[in-house]
Amino acid sequence: MILFLEQFLNGLQFALLLFLLAAGLTLIFGIMDLVNLAHGSLYMVGAYLAAYFARMLDSFVLGVLLALPAALLLGVVLEILVMRRLYSRDHLDHVLATFGLILFFNEAVRLVWGPAGLTLPLPSFLSVFLQVLPGVSYPVYRLTIIAVGLLVAGLLYYLVQHTRIGMLIRAGASNREMVGALGVNIKRLYTIVFGVGACLAALAGVMAAPILTVQIGMGENILILAFVVIVIGGIGSVRGAFVAAIIVGVTDTVGRAYLPDILRLMLSPTAASTAAPALSAMFIYLLMSSFLVFRPEGLFPAPGGRR
Amino acid sequence: MPRLALAFGLGLLAVLAAIPLLVKLTGVVFLLTLFTRIVILAIAAVSLNFILGYGGMISLGHAVYLGIGGYTMGILAHHGITSGFVQWPVALALSALFALATGALSLRTRGVYFLMITLSFAQMVYFLTVGLDKYGGDDGLTIYKRSTFAGLLDLSDKVTFYYVCFALLIACVFAVWRMSRSHFGMVIRGAKSNDRRMQALGISTYRYRLTAYVIAGTMCGLAGVLLANHTDFINPEMLSWTRSGDLIIMVLLGGIGTVIGPVAGTVAYLVLEEGLSGVTEHWQIFLGPLLVLAALYRHGGIAGLLSWNRRD
Repeated sequence: MILFLEQFLNGLQFALLLFLLAAGLTLIFGIMDLVNLAHGSLYMVGAYLAAYFARMLDSFVLGVLLALPAALLLGVVLEILVMRRLYSRDHLDHVLATFGLILFFNEAVRLVWGPAGLTLPLPSFLSVFLQVLPGVSYPVYRLTIIAVGLLVAGLLYYLVQHTRIGMLIRAGASNREMVGALGVNIKRLYTIVFGVGACLAALAGVMAAPILTVQIGMGENILILAFVVIVIGGIGSVRGAFVAAIIVGVTDTVGRAYLPDILRLMLSPTAASTAAPALSAMFIYLLMSSFLVFRPEGLFPAPGGRR
Repeated sequence: MPRLALAFGLGLLAVLAAIPLLVKLTGVVFLLTLFTRIVILAIAAVSLNFILGYGGMISLGHAVYLGIGGYTMGILAHHGITSGFVQWPVALALSALFALATGALSLRTRGVYFLMITLSFAQMVYFLTVGLDKYGGDDGLTIYKRSTFAGLLDLSDKVTFYYVCFALLIACVFAVWRMSRSHFGMVIRGAKSNDRRMQALGISTYRYRLTAYVIAGTMCGLAGVLLANHTDFINPEMLSWTRSGDLIIMVLLGGIGTVIGPVAGTVAYLVLEEGLSGVTEHWQIFLGPLLVLAALYRHGGIAGLLSWNRRD
């Protein structure tokens, strides 16, 4: 039971990281109809920026606080230079251009920070354990990730559902031409959405940095998981992305934790420990494929949205 | 096909045919290794182009067939079955079967959902190969003996192997050329531009599209077998999603929906990669923006530059 609680918290923490990445991706996909394979690169660059600033200024908090606006700026520049020229193109061009951006960012990071990768050490006030239940202590930093993730999810919900810009975003997801025809500066709206998406991806990267290693290509596998999340949740739906991120994150983590024990009944220990993470990953893609075949609009289809 | 295009296509194939001779004259053995790789991946690109260019099916999981072909060959070799007469048909059959099963489901979806579902099926197989502890898991598996053909062919001879790959490439290009001009090809192309109208004409496009998908998968499975023979090694990296992205880029660079375009694209992509990496270790910093520019300003890739891109 105690182990289960710990694994559940791990799963939740991973799920919220996935949500941050998927929220931006689903908005960009849903509103601008852009397949952005380079979203994972923003995640990577965010992590690198935080590690770099933290080392330069010798402060974790300052590093994180500087990395986020820097990523926002990068997102805005990227949108103005490249992305806005892609909206009217077909998905094939999106794949070509954003794949090119992945290569560019990977190499740029290697050029600036070297091939070895960086670390982002935690400050002492975050690297302690907290007693969550009698007899169960859990790292404060991981709890912080959960708290920040939930906070951002709440803020996003408020932004999308209860503000004017959120209304425009939702309207843009349903019918772009009409929103433009009503006199909304749709270009600026897109720039803002892309910038916010980039910032959220960077936030995910920043928060993952102390747990995982900051390395080149770190965004590539998690990007595909983020695609799983937005497909299951329904493209364009932030609420769907939240629910789907929880499903995928918890399934993956709990599966990895418990499958080895089950498999050991049938396989040798080494084979079981190799097969277990693979099986739980396969299960997630099975889930994604089933959704695409039987319910392509996802759990929470954006109203009047994409076909 | 205009004369310029025909001349370019035949010229390109002639250059590829002359590579071993060139290597003999210059003594740069490395060229043969590079071009063997190019020819093999060109088969994969030609197969992807058949569904992507003619059929409009954007698959972001095509590299899975490289993996299925490669792993079938590698696993059989691992168990001592080295005869190509067994390995190759089994690999092709498995590729076809996988394409049939996943294609039947995938083709129920459209547009970007097709892209996602092909990616999803490919990721499933990717993680399957990662989980195969017996065959190296993440680390991959070394193949100690290339496919044997009862003494008829010696694939460990580099020049022989090159010509085998080259002959198969010619066969695939020819097959795609013939199919694209047949009734079957016309239905595929018609379904790309207006599927509803094709169905209104009384043609069940689903079956035609599925057949095309299976043919493309099988062809790419063949490239997988060749690739495993070429590198003497298989690992999950063969079928990672970035490899599928590479294949799409080769097709796009060459010009989609043209017969020889994907071959030109593969040559361009890999020679560019090799050339830039000779100039600087950080060649991808140039390649990346080049791809972005190609996406923003391309008009039918290399084939389009020669203005024989007859997409209607």
